[in-house]
Amino acid sequence: MSGYAKRIVGVVAVTLAFALGIVLFIVLYLTSVPGSSAATRTPAGAHLFLATVPAAELSDPHPTWVSYYAVNARSGNWRHTTTYTLPAHTLVHVTIFEYDTQTGLRNPFIAQVTGTVGGTFLLNGKPTKAINPDTASHVFAVPQLGLSVPLMGPGGNAKNVCANAPCSLKNAHETISFTFRTPGKGLYRWQCFVPCAAGYIAGFGGPMQTVGYMDGFIHVV
Amino acid sequence: MSTTAVTAPPRAPLWRRLMGFNILTGILLGIGGWYLGYWIGTRLTGESFAYFASEAGQNDIAIFLGYFLGVVGFLAGLGFLNYPLRRMLGHPPTLAEKESAETHGALRYFSLSTDHKVVGMQYLVGIGFFFGVGGLAAMLIRTELLSPHHHVFGANQYLTLVGTHGTLMMGMMTSSILGPFANYFVPIMIGARRMAFPRIEAFTFWLLMAAGVILLTTLAWGGFQTGWTGYQPLGAQGTAGFDAYIGFFTLVGISMTLLGFNIMATVITMRAPGMTWSRLPIFVWGVLATAFLMLLAAPMLAAALMMATMDRTIQTTFFIPGYGGSSYLWQNLFWFFGHPEVYIVALPGFAIVLELLPVFTRKPLWGYRLAVAGLAGVTFLSFFVWQHHLFVSGINADLRPFYMLSTELISLPTGFIFLCCMGTLWRGRIRFTVPMWFCIGWAFNFLFGGISGVFLSDVPSDVLTHGSFFSMAHFHYTIMGGLIFTFFAAIYYWVPKMTGLRFNEMLSKIHFWTLFVAFNATFGPLFAVGWLGQPRRVVTYPFGLQTLNDVVSIAAYCIGVSMLIFLANVVWSLVIKREPSVANPWNSKSIEFQLPTPLPVHDFDRIPVFDADPYPYGEPVPAAPAFASGGGQV
Amino acid sequence: MKEVNHFRRVTLWWLVVSIPATLIVVLVLAPGMPPGNGTNQAAGQVIDNTVLFGIATPVTVAVLVVFTYSLITFRERTPQVAAEGPALRGHAGIQLWWIVVTTGLVLFLAAYGSIRMLEDGAGGGQGPNPIAPIKAPPGQRTLRVQVVAQQWQFTYRFPQYGGVEVPNIELPAHSTIQFNVTSLDVIHSWWAYQLGVKADANPGVNNVAYVQTRGPLTFDVHCAELCGVWHGYMFGVGHVVSKARFAAWIAAKQKQFAPSLKKLGPYSKTYFPQPLRRGG
Repeated sequence: MSGYAKRIVGVVAVTLAFALGIVLFIVLYLTSVPGSSAATRTPAGAHLFLATVPAAELSDPHPTWVSYYAVNARSGNWRHTTTYTLPAHTLVHVTIFEYDTQTGLRNPFIAQVTGTVGGTFLLNGKPTKAINPDTASHVFAVPQLGLSVPLMGPGGNAKNVCANAPCSLKNAHETISFTFRTPGKGLYRWQCFVPCAAGYIAGFGGPMQTVGYMDGFIHVV
Repeated sequence: MSTTAVTAPPRAPLWRRLMGFNILTGILLGIGGWYLGYWIGTRLTGESFAYFASEAGQNDIAIFLGYFLGVVGFLAGLGFLNYPLRRMLGHPPTLAEKESAETHGALRYFSLSTDHKVVGMQYLVGIGFFFGVGGLAAMLIRTELLSPHHHVFGANQYLTLVGTHGTLMMGMMTSSILGPFANYFVPIMIGARRMAFPRIEAFTFWLLMAAGVILLTTLAWGGFQTGWTGYQPLGAQGTAGFDAYIGFFTLVGISMTLLGFNIMATVITMRAPGMTWSRLPIFVWGVLATAFLMLLAAPMLAAALMMATMDRTIQTTFFIPGYGGSSYLWQNLFWFFGHPEVYIVALPGFAIVLELLPVFTRKPLWGYRLAVAGLAGVTFLSFFVWQHHLFVSGINADLRPFYMLSTELISLPTGFIFLCCMGTLWRGRIRFTVPMWFCIGWAFNFLFGGISGVFLSDVPSDVLTHGSFFSMAHFHYTIMGGLIFTFFAAIYYWVPKMTGLRFNEMLSKIHFWTLFVAFNATFGPLFAVGWLGQPRRVVTYPFGLQTLNDVVSIAAYCIGVSMLIFLANVVWSLVIKREPSVANPWNSKSIEFQLPTPLPVHDFDRIPVFDADPYPYGEPVPAAPAFASGGGQV
Repeated sequence: MKEVNHFRRVTLWWLVVSIPATLIVVLVLAPGMPPGNGTNQAAGQVIDNTVLFGIATPVTVAVLVVFTYSLITFRERTPQVAAEGPALRGHAGIQLWWIVVTTGLVLFLAAYGSIRMLEDGAGGGQGPNPIAPIKAPPGQRTLRVQVVAQQWQFTYRFPQYGGVEVPNIELPAHSTIQFNVTSLDVIHSWWAYQLGVKADANPGVNNVAYVQTRGPLTFDVHCAELCGVWHGYMFGVGHVVSKARFAAWIAAKQKQFAPSLKKLGPYSKTYFPQPLRRGG
């Protein structure tokens, strides 16, 4: 091959390699977001079952991080997603199984629920307006909708605390349910407000800043 | 010029030549160093930190030690320990890496070379690569901003893109003129055969490359969420991706400090006979001013990063309020570096434009002393303005009138530079070559960049625009419209001399015009976007701003296209077609263009003696024009 | 051949372009610029920007005119003839004139900006010891609002109303309001766009800013300092309403958020909340 032809082949090969690298970077890393879970539709509205755990499952990229999970009510399967698809203009009933132990709120204001139907939520079946801020384990809040529900966790001396996801109802847990009305179509972000990211300064690093653990989206369709 | 024929020994086969101290060995030892450092770090970790590390799933002590030993291994593999060890064993000083038979192979670009011309070329390609990566990040950022409610990338990945773009650009492009062009041409312009410290010169380059690789590893740890400014305590909260940011900027800080130091030592001590300060080319003055800033400001960055490292590893609380620390401490330390940093980025642009205008107007530089005063004024004042980044942050309010004054004042020496440009153009015989077009583009862009800076320096105006896209448009106009345009001017001006090859004229002109139009179409509307209330570094924005954002994104893609055109020009002209260039394509009277192409290894046969000013252009002017006053000629 | 006086021509061009341009900018464009006239501080910023534009426009036009004129008039018309331009190396008079004029402009701008800033604070955060505090007119009380920034929302406390904390802000019209901006975790920045207020929220620091409201207004609130993954989503809407409506609103909020008020600590200018340690 002449020098000229060799150079052209070399240029083409290098260009293709770079292009492939860029495509892989975009597809494998940048756009890789956790999947989504849809609420179960019933005649009484939509139902969403969630759980919070002290540590994600052992096969997770971050097996020591706290996380939310979506739970399928019928099959009991646990899916590691934090994007929840909900119907628009509907009453959505949410039940959260709180398996993680208490940490405490940074801002005790968040101990009071806002944005739910009736201004209350059910803590283990009991209608509640506000919890003791030191007993909060996590929060489910959608600031764009004014929704904020504090989640009390099992105390320090609870027995049979769950270690890694998935947990079973035999593990120590609190059950929180509430109802809220979804607005029109859109993408709304939700987050936890408890500094529960163990090992990170101020407890707000790691899982607290990573979509798929303590942050996610409500996709209203 | 006579050249002694080099009788090269018969070349060994490629695999033999690859064994030795070069980048391959460096990579191998670097990877080994990483694993060794990580292992030592896990053994060293004390009990309490180990607890946090296990909860978080990352061990910052191990990561930092891994980076450190990885870089040490990389540099050892390149051969940087060889000369110090040989000297300690008693061998005499030598520049063997420049005088060996490898001076004529391509392999010298992949190893430690003490030839300043090789280092200049290495810098150009290395920085060019990371410029491409940073530019790709910018294209992706604009893709995400096409819609406020539909997200292309994950929220964490988006912030990492924003941070990577800014960090790569500010870390790499600060050396984009000094690295390639100052290293290559300053020795020649002052009549020296080398820089004062050739191995340190090579060291700054390879350290910069190691830094770039470390920053790219942030992806393995989930990225970092702080943007290029690394504000604490947000950074202290971060995952291990922030360690990569710290590693990058520490190495960049060291590289910049040494680069500045080397240039200063060279210009101060190694000027040839007759090269007095008043005969120094303005490019060398500008480079010297920049080197001064690098030497004094960059160590501040490294120090601040050391403190951030300690906060993240050995549990100090320099920047953690409530435990004795202060978030203001980081802001002040960072911006004490950060403001001279942006002048490190601006001054080389001034230097290039002032150097090139005489060549393309065929007149001497107008106002040489005023230009030097301008460069010196910017250098001096740049240390006294940094709190203008903190006007609304809650600093002592008494400070603000002073910093408003000092920031406004810095527009004065900048104005001198513009006056000198206008004076050089005036009554010239202007040739519109591609380097000239880029200088004209610089003038247009920096004018708007500078004027918008006046708005930002005014506190009541800054209350609206701080932290918004207005300030982002301002610094892109000054940094990208300033430095990057002159970076390309320097490339088109000097690469024909460095390589002996011509650029394709049509592609070069298309590159300039697409870049100029697309650049203004991208960043002009961003002034409005900021004024209309969009903060920086956001992944969503009010719906009403979507049209403007879409216009900006499409224009940004056009910038990407223009860069691809440049890349195509480089590949076509320098790799495929390889048409030879004449030794002095611009009819420049500067000394580097009087030398043959390619430049001989030792630059000069004999050290030149200088006896005239550097701009011997122009025809003498008859005295006393009709309306002049105050002396001098118009 | 008649010698062309380039300097006079350039001056004429400059006058012809800059006078209409400056008039249009100062009289038509600038007064309509953001952030509008909803509050005294916002209106002050508009006036300040108008003055800045009034100076920037002629300066920019001057430089553009000189460059454009030079590039057109002094271009090389006969490239085949290797001619050179005149060897002009400087002119002391022009340099002196330039230094004097630009220095004068810069000093004026610095003085003007300082005066405007010291008059009423310009809506910016002034730190814990503001040097431009605004006193309410006699007979009126300054409303004190604490803006609590946290990752990732703003909440507001009213110390004069029992320290009640609310998630959305409403303000009374025609009043003097003192914002005390602080953060619970990292650096944020409270930017109330139409109010013309921006003050950084630093943990452990009380950053004071003032605004004097005028009529009813809706204003956007954005966080203006990168604070983590949801920085872009840290926004909200506030309202300036009549004093009567504000009184009714705050009373209703005190009732609604009484449960949380029991759990909240006492009002303080700064908070160092526990847990600040490494979570878990």
